[in-house]
Amino acid sequence: MPAITSAMSVPPSVPGVDRNLDTSRHASAIDVRNMNFYYGEHQVLFDISLMVPERSVTALIGPSGCGKSTFLRTLNRMNDLVEGSRSTGVCLVEGQNIMDPAVDVVLLRKHVGMVFQKSTPFPKSIFENVAYGPRVSGEKNRAVLADLVESCLRKAALWDEVKDRLNTSAMALSGGQQQRLCIARTLATNPRIILMDEPASALDPASTDRIENLIGELCANYTIVIVTHNMQQASRVSHQTAFFFKGRLVEVGPTMKIFTSPSEKQTEDYITGRFG
Amino acid sequence: MSETPVSWATRRQHRRHETLIQWALFFCAALSVLTTAAIILVLLSNAVYAPGDKTAFFEKVSLWEFLTGTHWKPSDGPGGKYGIWPLLSGTFLVAIVAAAVSIPAGLGAAIYMSEYANPKEREWIKPVLEVLAGIPSVVFGFFALKFITPVVLKPLFQFLGADIAVFNSLSAGIVVGIMVTPLIASLSEDVIRSVPRSLREAAYALGSTRFDVSAKVVVPAALSGILASFLLAFSRAIGETMAVAIAAGGNPVFTLNPLRGAQTMTGFMVHASTGDSAADSIPRMSMYAVGITLFVITLIINLISGWILRRYREVYQ
Ligand SMILES: Nc1ncnc2c1ncn2[C@@H]1O[C@H](COP(=O)(O)OP(=O)(O)OP(=O)(O)O)[C@@H](O)[C@H]1O
Ligand SMILES: [Mg+2]
Repeated sequence: MPAITSAMSVPPSVPGVDRNLDTSRHASAIDVRNMNFYYGEHQVLFDISLMVPERSVTALIGPSGCGKSTFLRTLNRMNDLVEGSRSTGVCLVEGQNIMDPAVDVVLLRKHVGMVFQKSTPFPKSIFENVAYGPRVSGEKNRAVLADLVESCLRKAALWDEVKDRLNTSAMALSGGQQQRLCIARTLATNPRIILMDEPASALDPASTDRIENLIGELCANYTIVIVTHNMQQASRVSHQTAFFFKGRLVEVGPTMKIFTSPSEKQTEDYITGRFG
Repeated sequence: MSETPVSWATRRQHRRHETLIQWALFFCAALSVLTTAAIILVLLSNAVYAPGDKTAFFEKVSLWEFLTGTHWKPSDGPGGKYGIWPLLSGTFLVAIVAAAVSIPAGLGAAIYMSEYANPKEREWIKPVLEVLAGIPSVVFGFFALKFITPVVLKPLFQFLGADIAVFNSLSAGIVVGIMVTPLIASLSEDVIRSVPRSLREAAYALGSTRFDVSAKVVVPAALSGILASFLLAFSRAIGETMAVAIAAGGNPVFTLNPLRGAQTMTGFMVHASTGDSAADSIPRMSMYAVGITLFVITLIINLISGWILRRYREVYQ
């Protein structure tokens, strides 16, 4: 059916994001094949296959409860922490199947970082928050740590705001600053892939803006997968968009295509707000 | 539909009911306040100032001698010596040994229960700890005297070339440590568990091992609550009586050697209150002075731990 869609007026993208990216020409950072996921007896993901190109942003959208977070958390095996969860299928991260029980999840999670919806600074100083990852990896040299902390805070666009109070508690930062701190903290483990679960949903418009621009900058060097409920945001920051519905991946494609001429009726209904 | 007028009378009745409950609750609260006040009054009226023809302890023995003397030989005659230090050293020696035993054991158990154990394990660890907490103190005393000292410590110290007395503060401290371990474990587990799950997830997501998460994120985040549990356990250890009296004996010597016997403040108080000296004799009255000292020490420790706990709550609320 031809697109009678007035789909939505697609807002301009943030700098650094090409929404017509031809994903087939990119090497894949993550390649999921036929993944099923269960919480106990309750199956929440059904036969998901999805390719995430290197150094790009993939947005996961879909109604609440459709399994976006669950999917995201399988990518760094965070779901291992949930009692009784299990999964089948293959998930290649840079060529290795991370679903293999033999995989060292501690190493995996350094490679695949995660930023959560609710900012979760540790009740430590700003410096110690960013230095946490390198420290647990065994880095003790104070000068190396200091350099790393500065460069990560700069990448997370937070350095100028906190450089004079690195040793004060991170709990005293604003919500938006805390979230950027969490991003800096994730960058400090030197990941290749960053997973973000609604990273801006608790933030004011100005902070959201900063995070979105930051994502545009980071995707030059990192592969990013972001879950968001905000359609405008998905369309602004991502190269590729995947629409989930009731545990299934309905459609995935270049963001521009998904937002202007989706192939599936369900996708169109969702992005135009015809159902929630 | 016509409006039915509200009957204000029923509301009044409801209120009267409330008032009754309020008074009953007030009475309960007042009872514990009154008891505390009565105890303080009894202590003060025997130690500091006695009304009528009785003489209070500090009217016969100077506060200076009490606080600085290093000999404790309660007797009515001129040979009586009332320096609190032997009792203090005995008390603290036992409490410190107890802390050395119970802090690692209790904190370890708390971390294990909240971070490592699966629900099934937790199901049996908790009851076991509760059983431990329910064993009467006397039993622990005999356990120290009949088992820990002769079977464990004596051979050990013989091997090391030292001699350990039948009554010694080390064995007393060890059993008191075992006794307060469940207290530390359950209080610490509560505060450790109240560290938000999101904080743990964030730490795991940064590539932490379980031990990293426990030692570098969870414990520091719960630190003040954990410290408060240590202090509460310490004040319990100081107040512990029967086990210590049995295991450490009743000889008030001023020493910091845990291999020798000692008398603690509580131990002396039991001894004095059951002894055969007259009710208004100085040895008998000295019990109240020791009681006040103990009261003040535990009060201070409890206040500090309460203060630490309050500060802790502010962080997450
Ligand atoms: N720890 C868990 N144990 C059992 N079931 C869970 C658990 N977490 C999520 N679920 C269930 O899995 C399904 C998918 O949840 P998920 O959190 O992945 O959805 P979501 O798409 O992220 O939703 P939202 O947009 O509201 O965040 C839901 O039905 C949810 O109830
Ligand atoms: Mg979610």
